[in-house]
Amino acid sequence: MASGVAAWLPFARAAAIGWMPVANCPMPIAPRDNSKRQDELIILNVSGRRFQTWRTTLDRYPDTLLGSSEKDFFYNEESKEYFFDRDPDAFRSILNFYRTGKLHYPRHECISAYDEELTFFGIIPEIIGDCCYEEYKDRKRENLERLQDDQEENKDQKLPNMNFRETMWRAFENPHTSTMALVFYYVTGFFIAISVITNVVETVPCGSTANQKDMPCGERYTVAFFCMDTACVMIFTVEYLLRLFAAPSRYRFMRSVMSIIDVVAILPYYIGLVMTNNEDVSGAFVTLRVFRVFRIFKFSRHSQGLRILGYTLKSCASELGFLLFSLTMAIIIFATVMFYAEKGSSSSKFTSIPASFWYTIVTMTTLGYGDMVPKTIAGKIFGSICSLSGVLVIALPVPVIVSNFSRIYHQNQRADKRRAQKKARLARIRISKSSSANAFIQSKRNGLLNELLELTAKEEDEQKLAKSISLLESQHHHLLQCLEKTTAHEFVDEQVYEQNCLERALQTYASRSPSISSHDSSEGTCCGRRGKRNTPLPNASLPSSHQGPLQELSAIHIQCGDPPSRTASRSNLNLKTDNSGRINCKGGRITTAIISLPTPPALTPDGDGLHGPPQRRPPPPPISNSSTDVFTASTVKKD
Amino acid sequence: MLNAIWETEGLQTVGIVVLVFASIKLLHLLGLISFSEDSVEDELELSAVRHRPEGLEQLEAQTRFSRKELQILYRGFKNECPSGVVNEETFKDIYSQFFPQGDASTYAHFLFNAFDTDHNGSVSFEDFVMGLSILLRGTIQEKLNWAFNLYDINKDGYITKEEMLDIMKAIYDMMGKCTYPVLKEETPRQHVEVFFQKMDKNKDGVVTIDEFIDCCQNDENIMRSMHLFENVL
Repeated sequence: MASGVAAWLPFARAAAIGWMPVANCPMPIAPRDNSKRQDELIILNVSGRRFQTWRTTLDRYPDTLLGSSEKDFFYNEESKEYFFDRDPDAFRSILNFYRTGKLHYPRHECISAYDEELTFFGIIPEIIGDCCYEEYKDRKRENLERLQDDQEENKDQKLPNMNFRETMWRAFENPHTSTMALVFYYVTGFFIAISVITNVVETVPCGSTANQKDMPCGERYTVAFFCMDTACVMIFTVEYLLRLFAAPSRYRFMRSVMSIIDVVAILPYYIGLVMTNNEDVSGAFVTLRVFRVFRIFKFSRHSQGLRILGYTLKSCASELGFLLFSLTMAIIIFATVMFYAEKGSSSSKFTSIPASFWYTIVTMTTLGYGDMVPKTIAGKIFGSICSLSGVLVIALPVPVIVSNFSRIYHQNQRADKRRAQKKARLARIRISKSSSANAFIQSKRNGLLNELLELTAKEEDEQKLAKSISLLESQHHHLLQCLEKTTAHEFVDEQVYEQNCLERALQTYASRSPSISSHDSSEGTCCGRRGKRNTPLPNASLPSSHQGPLQELSAIHIQCGDPPSRTASRSNLNLKTDNSGRINCKGGRITTAIISLPTPPALTPDGDGLHGPPQRRPPPPPISNSSTDVFTASTVKKD
Repeated sequence: MLNAIWETEGLQTVGIVVLVFASIKLLHLLGLISFSEDSVEDELELSAVRHRPEGLEQLEAQTRFSRKELQILYRGFKNECPSGVVNEETFKDIYSQFFPQGDASTYAHFLFNAFDTDHNGSVSFEDFVMGLSILLRGTIQEKLNWAFNLYDINKDGYITKEEMLDIMKAIYDMMGKCTYPVLKEETPRQHVEVFFQKMDKNKDGVVTIDEFIDCCQNDENIMRSMHLFENVL
């Protein structure tokens, strides 16, 4: 429960009076506030600077250092104050957290120092308020990256035992590690360059021979170029295979971009080898040669800048796409207009709208080839509008667009970040909500312990438990218990609920046993919990080992007397007979279980008569003393 | 011949387009059309309502709290609502935090109306403290009166079955989904029936304040639970 609203708990409890006339059964007893301390001022001396606050302010968050008894370690007897040898500036925001319920991150603070302070005072950083959370996370991420960079520099050092494969992979990835790697790096770079230059030179006209016109060099010196090509492809193939062998995860390597480029670069050659004979597909084979130009992308392994460019384009892809889309719209509009405007002229080149596209693009980008010009007056007017808007659309705002893109891009990244963070934070909030709900269910079990022990008056046990939950918690749980009593339903957690749903689904197929009928009939009466219930508490497993007596009490039905004769319950949890020596039961039968046993229908009392008097001592049911008992969640019966 | 026709048509197109743009510009100048999405006048932010309560002595006289208790109450109140008043949204938020498993907003709505005695849409510290004074320190009569007021949604002096059903559903909503035994559709209705059987003495389908108080005073459980929260503050 967010303790910022702890101050409103008295109000919520007072408002519970609204449920009283509606409830049909008595309410549980309220926890007493035994510590009738007056609210006092506490002095916190942090490295000389004194902060003062109310004790209740600090008590709002009992799981932090200042809110729990842990601060007693720092109590200074002579000066009657709590002394902390920490940074007073950072302490300001921590104390403000107690006061306002919101934790803020001061921007001038170093992130690691702040984190340390939070850890010292037992506050989790996730509760930083929305206003400061993003800044905090950004700084934290930068810090982490800095740490990682530091680590990466150490990565180049050779690890003690790396097998041959790992050495090779490291050599491939960081060429600076060994001379062999460097040599390999330069050799491959050289051959990539050779290959690209070969492709280019292949098409240059190489001087005319006597008989024919200019031939491209490729056709003149076919063999030489073929040998060159073969050599390069050999090298590339060997390199690819070596990388494939050395890669730690071959599947991932094969899917990476670089390896695809490698494959695309060498594949045409092999396809060409296979297909040289067949004349029909030689046309396609020629086209395949185009792919040889992809070898130039292999340079990106050698150039960091190229990689960054590629990454930037990839990340700006959506903005570029939008730019392209808007341009396309403008082109279509103007092309249509020009087509209809030029329809009249006789020798118009604007034969169709797609034909006008060419004119529009050339005009809007201010190229103006002049191969298509409008002849009609209307066409000229629209043509001039087109070129003017082209200037406006493309040439002038390019810098603005570029900066817009970078701004939008960063914003987008931040929005995605925030969305991801939000999901994580909502998950945490949900967890803490469910944990507070589970805390209630948990403390119900422990609460039974408290009542039980109070009755058996064992001092030490009681003290052990008394401070395990704070007064605030106990009051909140009492409030939830009153609601349960009003509605005659109980809070359970998700798992139990699912189980129960399954149970009921199964039960509808089973024959109607008396327990079920009494279960249904008990819907109206609140306190007779006669329903069959199997293990509602997953934690309440059979205590096989003799742990502390306190833990077991919560789940098991301890009987110091005779075991009940009529127990048709499905779970034998209820029947754990235990040594009477453990608790001073003296022959009494103590049922602390939330687990209940079904009673025979003959017992069904009507209305509240059975449970009118206070819970602690319901009158024994009108059956023999030693047999089954009827119970509410906390009944103690002494025979 | 055709060329001439097309040429004039082209010119006509130009003329029409120019005319259309000019008229749009004219209308814009006249203020009849606005091109931007956001409205011209921004809504003036309602300045935060700030409310200062009456003095400590007056509150002390009007309620049954001691000075110190009023101080503690006010500090908590103002901490949560620095502006001094609670509106319904904040109220629902605060109340829902006590019931994480269910949906407390409907009941909080009824509670808000019960506390907001002057029906101005916000609960000030005086309303808050008056209500608490009745609930925590009032006589049984006053408490039952308050409860009746809470149930009587339209404040006409009668609790009808529909009003009671609304209240009951709101209470059961606070339990949420994961309960044992599983909440059924007719559970609130059944509960309302039981309530009316108990309270409605003359079986006229409504419960008046006298029937209510009478019946509650004769019910031991209710009497005892009224004293439950006396030591809350």
